[in-house]
Amino acid sequence: MRQAVWGGGGGGETHRGAALTPAGAARNVTTDPFPGVGAPSYVQVRGVDKIYHAKKGDILALKGIDFDLRQREFLSILGPSGCGKSTLLKCLAGLAPISAGRIEVKGVPVNGPPENMGIVFQRDVLLEWLDILDNVLLPIRFARLSKHEWEPRARQLLETLGLKGFERRAPWELSGGMRQRVSICRALLRNPELLLMDEPFGALDALTRDELNLELQRIWVADAKTVLFITHSIVEAVFLSDRVLVMSRNPGRILDTIEIALPRPRPLSIRETPEFGVYVAHIRRLFEGMGMLKGTG
Amino acid sequence: MKVVDAIVGNRGSSAVLVLGSFFVLWQLAVMIFNPPAFIIPSPWVILQEIAAEPGWYLGHALYTLQACLLGFALALLIGVVAAVGIVYSRFLEHTLYTLLVSLNSIPKIALAPLFIIWMGTGISSKVAVSMLIALFSIVIDTVLGLRSVDPDAIDLSKSLRASPLQILFTIRFPNALPAMFAGMKVAISLALVGAIAGEFVASQVGLGYVILVAQGMFQTTRVFAAILLLGVLGTVLFYLVDMAERLLIPWHVSHRTAQGAAPEV
Repeated sequence: MRQAVWGGGGGGETHRGAALTPAGAARNVTTDPFPGVGAPSYVQVRGVDKIYHAKKGDILALKGIDFDLRQREFLSILGPSGCGKSTLLKCLAGLAPISAGRIEVKGVPVNGPPENMGIVFQRDVLLEWLDILDNVLLPIRFARLSKHEWEPRARQLLETLGLKGFERRAPWELSGGMRQRVSICRALLRNPELLLMDEPFGALDALTRDELNLELQRIWVADAKTVLFITHSIVEAVFLSDRVLVMSRNPGRILDTIEIALPRPRPLSIRETPEFGVYVAHIRRLFEGMGMLKGTG
Repeated sequence: MKVVDAIVGNRGSSAVLVLGSFFVLWQLAVMIFNPPAFIIPSPWVILQEIAAEPGWYLGHALYTLQACLLGFALALLIGVVAAVGIVYSRFLEHTLYTLLVSLNSIPKIALAPLFIIWMGTGISSKVAVSMLIALFSIVIDTVLGLRSVDPDAIDLSKSLRASPLQILFTIRFPNALPAMFAGMKVAISLALVGAIAGEFVASQVGLGYVILVAQGMFQTTRVFAAILLLGVLGTVLFYLVDMAERLLIPWHVSHRTAQGAAPEV
């Protein structure tokens, strides 16, 4: 069970298709098929274009992007490489300017990185000269807050992610999966409302990836953040998300939005169920429509 | 060899071995072929020469060392500040960087007489030449190091609303340290070259002065004694920078492989 902190009002249960249910509905995590539905939108993206000015002419990276990221929703953006999904995340994070349209976080236009945001990149970006604990505490260092005060929180996060005992290790002593866990701890340290993840498991082997998918779901079920998750894996997107936005490339546009009505928490084995397969097949057809995944070269 | 290893490390011990063999061969060659002492003296004779007047040699060596260290320190200070400017300002990149590159193509030893004219025959002119000759490699490598930052690390810092100064000190500088040390290792040897070059042009003290005067009187043994001391000085200085590097950047890849697995904590 989770309580919405923001957006007020404890509504009734959210049910399948209950798009009119008022905001802040308490949610039963095991059966609720449409978590974010009806929740107030946390991020609004309207008519966003992004043009890169290159020497050989302008490149239209994003065209007419429109979507809402609802409060406490797990939203995936799925697309082939080069479709501008990472660019979209950068714009949303206030790290890159947009060329047209608007992006608002909690009703405030994005103008530089908003507060209360955590980012996880594909590469863990751990600082090699700091030990694991200090890497997790990096946000505190930048915010000039008391390291001492935040250390228990950092240690507890590391423990939650199975890294107890590694606090004083150097990053290079850890495996790729462990390093990415550390970077997740770092993103969660200040308990952000918004979590942006840019293909966080893209560089990991399949088993580690499965494991981290499960852990991310566990963390999210326990303490729902509003999550924007970028991936190029159909299975990963369907497994983790409340909704999946499918993007095409040249220029980057949103092709389709799919609500994933699967109960949570989802075991890995859910990926072998027919219901799961229907989603995957649907998305695969979308990619085939783009001329991909046809196997004909 | 174990004892030597413990003191100077693995690389050091092989250096001792190689240099030791070199001097033994030299000694044997002189004993066998017996050339006149003003052409080439034996290492043993050179050591005796130093041992006869240790205080005198020490005085001159310290003077040269002082000029070299001051020049190196100045080069480091000016070089790092300049590099930060070049990395952060497009204007400085176009002006200062271009100027440095063209300045570097002049053999800086050729500038030594000018500094004697400007600053006199005291230590300041030697420091200036030493600084100038060491400066370039420090600037180039520091610029390289400050620039070669993972763009994601910058994005991460910005997303955490870090100030540009915080990014400089928390991300860019530690990241640049390995490159900076590569530049400093070149620079420390060059600083010694600069100090000697300054002394060659005009001086009353220093190992460069010793060499010049002894050469005029065909005191070849004395010339060799000064050269030997310079060799020792240069080697010690290089390894001091190397040691500082190991202390300051134990995380760097080149040291990981050297140390093997991390020590258990």
